[in-house]
Amino acid sequence: MFGYYLDLALRSFRHNRVLTTLMVLALGLGIGASITTLAVLKLLSGDPLPQSSARLFAPEIDPLGKDSTTPPERLWRDWGNLMTWTDAMNLLHARAAQRQAVMALTQTKLTPQAAGQHPFYSDGVMATADFFGMFDAAFQYGGGWSAQDDENRAHVAVIAGFLNDKLFGGKDSVGQIVRINDHDYRIVGVLKAWAPQPRFYATSLGGRGYGNGDAVFLPLQSAFADKMNPQNVNCFDTGIDANHLDTAPCAWVSLWVELKDAADAGAYKTFLSNYVAQQVSLGRLHHPEVNLPNLMGYLAQQQIVPDDARLQTNLAFGFLLICVVNTVGLLLAKCLRRSREIGVRRALGATRRSIFAQFMVESAMVGIAGGVLGLVFAELGLFAIRQQPAEYASLAHLDPAMFAVTFVIALVASLIAGLLPAWRACVVAPAPQLKSA
Amino acid sequence: MLTMTHLAKVYRTELVETYALRDFNIDVKPGEFVAVTGPSGSGKTTFLTIAGLLETFTGGEYHLDGIEVSKLDDNARSKIRNEKIGFIFQAFNLIPDLNVFDNVDVPLRYRGMKADERRRRIMESLERVGLAARAKHYPAELSGGQQQRVAIARALAGSPRLLLADEPTGNLDTQMARGVLELLEEIHREGATIVMVTHDPELAARAQRNVHIIDGQVVDIAEEPRFHVQAARAASAHT
Repeated sequence: MFGYYLDLALRSFRHNRVLTTLMVLALGLGIGASITTLAVLKLLSGDPLPQSSARLFAPEIDPLGKDSTTPPERLWRDWGNLMTWTDAMNLLHARAAQRQAVMALTQTKLTPQAAGQHPFYSDGVMATADFFGMFDAAFQYGGGWSAQDDENRAHVAVIAGFLNDKLFGGKDSVGQIVRINDHDYRIVGVLKAWAPQPRFYATSLGGRGYGNGDAVFLPLQSAFADKMNPQNVNCFDTGIDANHLDTAPCAWVSLWVELKDAADAGAYKTFLSNYVAQQVSLGRLHHPEVNLPNLMGYLAQQQIVPDDARLQTNLAFGFLLICVVNTVGLLLAKCLRRSREIGVRRALGATRRSIFAQFMVESAMVGIAGGVLGLVFAELGLFAIRQQPAEYASLAHLDPAMFAVTFVIALVASLIAGLLPAWRACVVAPAPQLKSA
Repeated sequence: MLTMTHLAKVYRTELVETYALRDFNIDVKPGEFVAVTGPSGSGKTTFLTIAGLLETFTGGEYHLDGIEVSKLDDNARSKIRNEKIGFIFQAFNLIPDLNVFDNVDVPLRYRGMKADERRRRIMESLERVGLAARAKHYPAELSGGQQQRVAIARALAGSPRLLLADEPTGNLDTQMARGVLELLEEIHREGATIVMVTHDPELAARAQRNVHIIDGQVVDIAEEPRFHVQAARAASAHT
């Protein structure tokens, strides 16, 4: 019977073209607006590392001076897991987690070796060895550097695939020398495309929340020794010597740790508390509070998703609701116009269930057509967003999951819209419909 | 075939009870052609809609082809309508979006028949009413008489045990009405049971038996046509 209902639905559409067009247009507009805003919200609030986010944690401490009255929650909201070089190195070397990495962002000046290419600036990350393994950064060629390289201040580098394309035409460049801030670094690895969104590791370090991946990755100690400047330095005392950030009362590096489960996280938090308590007793730190959010908790704490993105999504779904209500009205009008047909079908043997199914299939067809139109509108909407100056704009695309969500929303919306008319249709009393001429 | 015993149909409001049928008794034998007559508002159409299981009744018993129908649910009633009853309406009640072939197909679809069997039955029915060549036409492209023939073909396609006709010639001119009536008589001669509601005495005179209803009750059951018997005889004597 499903095929018969489909056939009837198509015939009904052909005979009610204006009404059908209005319904499809209403649903298409609502779905298009919802999917556009939902795609942006998903981009902004998505899980940057779905495979490992539950195991990644951001240790947060309060490095401020003893006179500070800033509540730690507010400090962590503003600074995240930013800490001083001393604390970061102490925690790194304690190796209390499965893996741990300290990092900062920097702007690097790259001088190509090839003749005719001019120096240019690129986004760089100064990090310790576990950075790549913890953050699921896969390699096209070579690999990362070792913890020993960190301690030895080795002049090694990992570059992004797009930089490798630019500098070496995409060939295996492992072993090649790249000149960064007038120092030679030997390339040990080339990354595959890697740009987690949001750029969770960059938010507290003064980097963009979204956008393309970084181009160059250098061992933190090596880059620091070569006087590469961190992008975000928060000092909390006067008379700072900017040339000695390793001892200055300034927070400018962040620490991420990988812990295998909740029990491990509990143990690490105890370790962190003990460390801070010890530093407080030594007079280095003055506030005993610590925090250990996981990656998604950290993103929520940082309030990285702009408020207007959520507002726009809510408004778009409100608009979709209006479109669905409008479609209910149009379907109802269409159903009432067909009362005689319903009466005839009932007289000829259709059960209430058959009539209900017939109208629901018709609604679902409207939904699918609305979904297709909604996709077109969503693509147009996302194209318009990509023309905006926002840092995430260029990333606004429909992925396969959103494609599926579009059709689920379209079907659910149309079936909800079809429920009342289909119910009204199946309770039509046949006898009165058949009497009148 | 169709037996109603002490049947009642009451429409109730907060203030009044209105009996559409009361103590209604009728027994239609297999193969009979019965005309149900009566003035407007007498309960003819209520009887027909109850007989066709399109409405429920409030008291009494109704046996259709040996089945007591009062306790049946919607599915069972729909199945009986589909398999045992063929309807012919005054207003034809063809579905305008469907062509002739698909209109005749409607009851067969709900029976879950295979496509080949449906096609065979549809074409046989349309040939029977002389409209096989119009299978692809839409109702709006046919005359009233042709539309009623399509409705008859639709009623016949499912090989029902009982044909219920509600003023089948009411919307037709004399010539078309005669054609439709002759068709019904032919169907009856082939063994069909027909119950026809009409207020047209001439039409009633063509039935085997008349049942007259006044105020929701059968007041007279004549073995011979009750109205215009003499006139019909006189007419035949003149020819």
